[in-house]
Amino acid sequence: MQRNLFSYIWRHSRPEQLVILYLVVFAQVAYFISLSLPKAIVNNGIEGKAFRSQPTVTVLSIEIPLPAFLDLGAAWTVFEGFAVAQWPYLVVMSFLFLLSVVVNGQFKKTINTQKGRMGERMLRRLRYELYERILRFPPQHFRKVKQAELATMVNNEVEPLGGFIGDAFVQPMFLGGQAATAILFIMLQSWMLGIVVIALLAVQMAIIPRLRKPVLALGKQRQLTARQFAGRIAETADGIAEIRAHGTVNYERADVSDRLGRIFRIRFELFEKKFVAKFWNNFLSQATPFAIYLLGGYFAISGQMDVGSVVGVLLAYKDLPSPVKELIDWDQQRQDVQIKYEQVIDQFQPEGMVAPELQTLPPGPIPMLAGAVALSGVSVSDDGQIKLLDQVALSFPLGGTLAVIGGAGSGKEVLGQLFARQQRPDSGTIRIGDTDFATLPEPVLGARVSYIGQDTYLFPLSVRDNLLYGLKHRPVADAVYAEDRRAERELFRRESQRAGNPDLDPAADWVDADLAGAATSDELLQRMAEALRSVELEDEIYQFGLRGTIDPARDPALAEALLAARRALHERLREPAFAPLIEGFEAARYNRNLSVAENLLFGTPVGKAFEIDNLAGNAYAQSILKSTGLEDELGRMGLSIAETMVELFSGLASDNPLFEQYSFISADELPNVRLLLQRLGGKGLDAVPAADRPRLISLPFRYVEARHRLGLIDDAMEDRLLAARRAFAEGLPAELRASVEFYDRERYNGAATLQDNILFGRLVYGQAQAEARIGALIGEVLDTLGLRNAAIAVGLEFNVGVGGKRLPAGQRQKLGIARALIKRPQLLVVNEALATFDSRTQDRLRDNILAACAERGVLWIANRAEQARPFADVAVMDKGRLVGRGTHDELAARGGPYADLMSGG
Amino acid sequence: MNLNQEVELLKGVPIFSKVEPAKLKLLAFTSERLSFGEGQELFHQGDQGDAMYVILSGAADVLIDTPGGPIAVAELKRNGFVGEIAILCDVPRTATIKAKEPLTTLKISKDMFYRLVAEFPQMAIEIMRELAHRLEDTNQKLRAATKAA
Repeated sequence: MQRNLFSYIWRHSRPEQLVILYLVVFAQVAYFISLSLPKAIVNNGIEGKAFRSQPTVTVLSIEIPLPAFLDLGAAWTVFEGFAVAQWPYLVVMSFLFLLSVVVNGQFKKTINTQKGRMGERMLRRLRYELYERILRFPPQHFRKVKQAELATMVNNEVEPLGGFIGDAFVQPMFLGGQAATAILFIMLQSWMLGIVVIALLAVQMAIIPRLRKPVLALGKQRQLTARQFAGRIAETADGIAEIRAHGTVNYERADVSDRLGRIFRIRFELFEKKFVAKFWNNFLSQATPFAIYLLGGYFAISGQMDVGSVVGVLLAYKDLPSPVKELIDWDQQRQDVQIKYEQVIDQFQPEGMVAPELQTLPPGPIPMLAGAVALSGVSVSDDGQIKLLDQVALSFPLGGTLAVIGGAGSGKEVLGQLFARQQRPDSGTIRIGDTDFATLPEPVLGARVSYIGQDTYLFPLSVRDNLLYGLKHRPVADAVYAEDRRAERELFRRESQRAGNPDLDPAADWVDADLAGAATSDELLQRMAEALRSVELEDEIYQFGLRGTIDPARDPALAEALLAARRALHERLREPAFAPLIEGFEAARYNRNLSVAENLLFGTPVGKAFEIDNLAGNAYAQSILKSTGLEDELGRMGLSIAETMVELFSGLASDNPLFEQYSFISADELPNVRLLLQRLGGKGLDAVPAADRPRLISLPFRYVEARHRLGLIDDAMEDRLLAARRAFAEGLPAELRASVEFYDRERYNGAATLQDNILFGRLVYGQAQAEARIGALIGEVLDTLGLRNAAIAVGLEFNVGVGGKRLPAGQRQKLGIARALIKRPQLLVVNEALATFDSRTQDRLRDNILAACAERGVLWIANRAEQARPFADVAVMDKGRLVGRGTHDELAARGGPYADLMSGG
Repeated sequence: MNLNQEVELLKGVPIFSKVEPAKLKLLAFTSERLSFGEGQELFHQGDQGDAMYVILSGAADVLIDTPGGPIAVAELKRNGFVGEIAILCDVPRTATIKAKEPLTTLKISKDMFYRLVAEFPQMAIEIMRELAHRLEDTNQKLRAATKAA
């Protein structure tokens, strides 16, 4: 990248800059015309000077005054014009003035729009180039830079450049042109006044930039401190667990306060310096009218100039200070953005960037690797100091398996990192067949070699997107756009090209299913399920699926299939072994395993309106209770519950956890309720004060007959509640219709989970292992109907959160391994990737991975030597050197480091 | 069965006989009543234990794993209790309990158990009495077994 901002801008926006320049030139002509009009209006239109000697005057003639030295006459006549009297003259000239204002405005608007677009385009280009450079940074550079600082630079620090780019060439031309026009006009009126004005301008030009120098230096400091502050904030977020655990918040506060203090000082100083410069700028620009008034007035009085000319000079001068001031501003901004630009791009050219051609995908199908993997004389050192690998020579066939064992500091993990290009050899070569490993393009490497290290990064996307991430090397099918959106997309694409951005469409289908060995989406799903099974993650994802939801409108076939599963499950639930475990949802029956509120609503709430916990407070629910006469019944139930709670919980300390878990009334509330009951003295609901009634009525809402067993809901009460349930559904106003999805045996419920849809009922309280047994039954039913993968597909939509943090560490790592397996690499490098698991899990996963990679190459860097047992070919490393190679028997016979490692476990 | 009937039932259980009815009601309210089908296990030998069970109805076998397969060493009937060893001594379950016929139990969590014992020393004495009975029973069986050998 060029270090000079101007050459960068010129190189990428030359044609646009030229178009704008032409526009500016035309604008100047219009501007000049508009300047000469007021003088004509005052002198001839109003004072009538030109009409004293003749009755009519020619208007609309276009004459361009020519300097005398050209010797072509005084002016060049473009258009002859019309002859008019004084009054029409004034009208014509005034309208001309109005017209010139409009034309000038139009020019300004067009020029500004063009400038804005060009600036934004350049900004887009610059940001893309910076981002593209991040993709090419050498791996070790990421250990030095802070992410937040990179983000601040690409995002915020180049932002002012966008504004400036549009003005880079045009502004000085435009303003310079304006200033020159104004000066020229003044000169034409009076050369003496002109010289005075020029002299005063020269003083301004000389002094102001000098005053602004310290402002620039401070601006540079401000940029650096702001960037570091952004890095500091990110650090706090990353290290928040440590900060809290060590109780060092005050230390952090002190540091941040100190930084903010320094930023304040810099910014305040900036203000001071800025306003000093501004003061002088203002003073000097006001000194010029002083000179015009004094000298111009003298000339007018002495008759050397007419009054109209002095007014014209003043009018021209009125337009002079602002372009001059803006020119000075422009110059200031130029230096400012140049500094900003340099400071940013200096951070984006570290040593050892990846060559761009290594990141471009060669056309045609992704080539297969062939031949053996051979390392010869490979040495790696840490910043040129400590040797991590020392002259390693090692080869193994691409389709074979090799385990590498070694102690801490043996360099085995560095050996693995070489294949992910996380380390680069200082000397020596790695070849795969005839190809130099260092020249393999990244997309080819990514498709043919999988690497799993100790930590896996997951993107904040769905499980599915993470799993298929390694298949996205290029678009395999274009996105399909509706007719009306196609043109828009085409414009978008062309604009990308104009800004030097790639025109690849992220909405296209990037998933190269061939790489996973799948021809259809069903097969791809099957491959995903297999990969997840290999890492023992399939069941978790299936469970996510059962807890997930689908939109039946978008996937009617699946909704229909799940309804079939519901029917099949309910068929099975008739068997004596399962019958007592579930109480199904039936519109005409009260469900004793649902709370009163759930029975009343008899559906899944959508949104906040009918949330079960707040149903008692819902106005519509209250109106139904009133109209069905249930209020009193519920009040009586509430009273009964209150009595029982007071009886049961009165003796307990208020911090007893039983309150939290079981009581309908909180520990704080209990004394008041007891008082209320005492005052009633058994007189029943009618004696309850009106203020206490709503609370009593709300108590039974959470009551579940089967669980709480207070015997409050008899057959008659069930009937009344069922009547209320019917009234609730029938009277539901249209605007609340979307707030609840009623239970309907024949309809899929989009608001409820897959499991609830299949179950369509509630587990019965107090049945041993009911949940596990029903879970197994659901699994059986889904298997019979071939729906297990469909449930997994729903589970795959689970979003793993930032950095995969919604999954536990073990599952993150498993998903990372599955991601490496699904692309069926020719070489799988497992670099101590199982270290986080217990040793039995490690062994199981190892066997699964090896089974999944049968016939493919596996380089297994074992985190414990014992792990290498099933491998026929083992390499032993010690202190960065290869110290043994062969079968277990051969190595054991030789003893040495191998024997130590194996006996040490 | 509602709460009051359950309390009546608990009153008949020897270890709860000295506990006042209001507390029994709290116990019944806060404890889970669990039903087991015939052949279902309450818990398995070697599992970690976090609760004891009072048999409210039905019967269960106490099984101990031996090299020759599990053998039944005792039978639990209504009003019996089981599972107290694991929560008293923090050891894994010492036997497997299997429902011999449909079984209803009251599952008392470890927390609740300690709370009850602390509040009603009489309950501790009842449990001690039962444990002593069991020890004596085991000793007798051991004597019989040594004699036979």
